[in-house]
Amino acid sequence: MATSDGRRVRPYLATRGRTRPVQDIAIEALVSTTTNGRDHGADPEPERERILRLCHSPRSVAEVAAIVSTPLGVARVLVADLESENLVRVADPHAAYAGSSEPARNLSVLERVRDGLRRL
Amino acid sequence: MAFVDSEVSGGTAADQDALSVKIVVAGGFGVGKTTFVGAVSEIEPLRTEALMTEASTSVDDLSMLPEKRTTTVAMDFGRITLADDLVLYLFGTPGQNRFWFMWDDITHGAIGAVVLVDTRRLADCFGAIDYVEQRGIPFLVALNAFDGVQEHDVEDVRDALQIGPEVPFVVTDARERESVKVVLVTLVEHAMSLIQQP
Repeated sequence: MATSDGRRVRPYLATRGRTRPVQDIAIEALVSTTTNGRDHGADPEPERERILRLCHSPRSVAEVAAIVSTPLGVARVLVADLESENLVRVADPHAAYAGSSEPARNLSVLERVRDGLRRL
Repeated sequence: MAFVDSEVSGGTAADQDALSVKIVVAGGFGVGKTTFVGAVSEIEPLRTEALMTEASTSVDDLSMLPEKRTTTVAMDFGRITLADDLVLYLFGTPGQNRFWFMWDDITHGAIGAVVLVDTRRLADCFGAIDYVEQRGIPFLVALNAFDGVQEHDVEDVRDALQIGPEVPFVVTDARERESVKVVLVTLVEHAMSLIQQP
């Protein structure tokens, strides 16, 4: 089984009850470990274990990939699987603001971004 | 909800989630994208990689089986926590323009793009400008004044790039935090103006 970016992954990682295509997860989507994930105990897979610890504070999928040192495509698969097991939650900005009011085209969101940048 | 070390329930209360948005920093190789990101990022710019498999057939290979070669595409990015529940990511595009597949990931749903330009190597930004123009991504052109010196007149550069007056042009120093902030605010205001005047 190969991901879209070519790396081979363990077959069970790629088939475990995911509910959406891996590529639909935005690179800036925030991943948070759920209470289930915190109570999960040590995961036998080191990368999964690292993600569960890392995402006690929300991190984007891109950060997960960079910090866990996996290619982006692999990080997406791991995150999607953890999500399907309810061990992490993925706050996908595009899902939250579907259609024309997606955050990048939402005036109140843009105002908050502008004001936040000015305050830096 | 505090962004840092917040408790996240196992439930489905999506309204508790912080919102993440992104701005793209595009431009040619060596134009200062990572410097630009690093000037305002609260973390050292991180690097994430994607793998791309390229098929190539070697002339020496008598079996004529295509030989697969894996290329790593890297992009650097930074993070700015703007509020407890609002995070801005800055994604630099890969330096080599041939990795367009990666650009789709980076630009999808972005507020807009800063096209960083070194006026001594103007042609390096053509690919980035074509990309954002064709996809209707709000963008501005930021002339990176290396060593604080901008040798070319802004309007001359606009003419050379054949970009209309509706696109903001700014001069920046990618090393300077205040300068980079101004560029980002200008881009967000430009994106807002495009919504207000459809």
